[in-house]
Amino acid sequence: MTIAGVLDALAAACMIAGAALGLSAGVALLRFPDLLSRMHAATKPQVLGLVLILTGCAIRIGTLVDITTMLLIALFQLATAPVAAHMVGRAGYLDGHASADVLLADELAPDIHKFTDNSEEKTD
Amino acid sequence: MTVAAYAVAALLAAAGAMTLIRIVRGPTTLDRIVATDVLLAITASAIAAVAAFTRDPTSLPVLVVLAILGFTGSVAVSRFITREKP
Repeated sequence: MTIAGVLDALAAACMIAGAALGLSAGVALLRFPDLLSRMHAATKPQVLGLVLILTGCAIRIGTLVDITTMLLIALFQLATAPVAAHMVGRAGYLDGHASADVLLADELAPDIHKFTDNSEEKTD
Repeated sequence: MTVAAYAVAALLAAAGAMTLIRIVRGPTTLDRIVATDVLLAITASAIAAVAAFTRDPTSLPVLVVLAILGFTGSVAVSRFITREKP
């Protein structure tokens, strides 16, 4: 087996693994019961799935400029996905999706009145 | 390599279909936002897979823009979520 064949097999394995992570997130979005567990499943294709497919892409293409572009893609994705997850989780907590019966520890509950800007909570 | 391309295409298509079902069904807006983020990640994965299997890096700048700007929609919508019953 030649070097190119080995590299192609490696790239195909990486990309099938990344696509399988995407499929697992799709199944989990359908099957999981509430918002927080769906958010847990949603991070898999956003981070590891995309990075695995970009790894396969880098092995297949293999020029330095394109590998630098793929590094930028992975870097931006790693930097921006937690921002969106933080905002969605914060809105979900304020919206009552993280109720006490699904949480083991709730360290935000004593201080939550500092972050809600309802006028009736500021007066007391 | 063709077998791998068909396998990746089938896996990503099934994942996108299930994510679309969650977007249509999702009881609250936040569920739809999470599912939309996943659909964006699956789309980016599909574009990268096409670039890899054809060895054609033309579409990689699209992925850079998606990776930078893809989170702004969910941030903007979840910023203005009000209380709603699921």
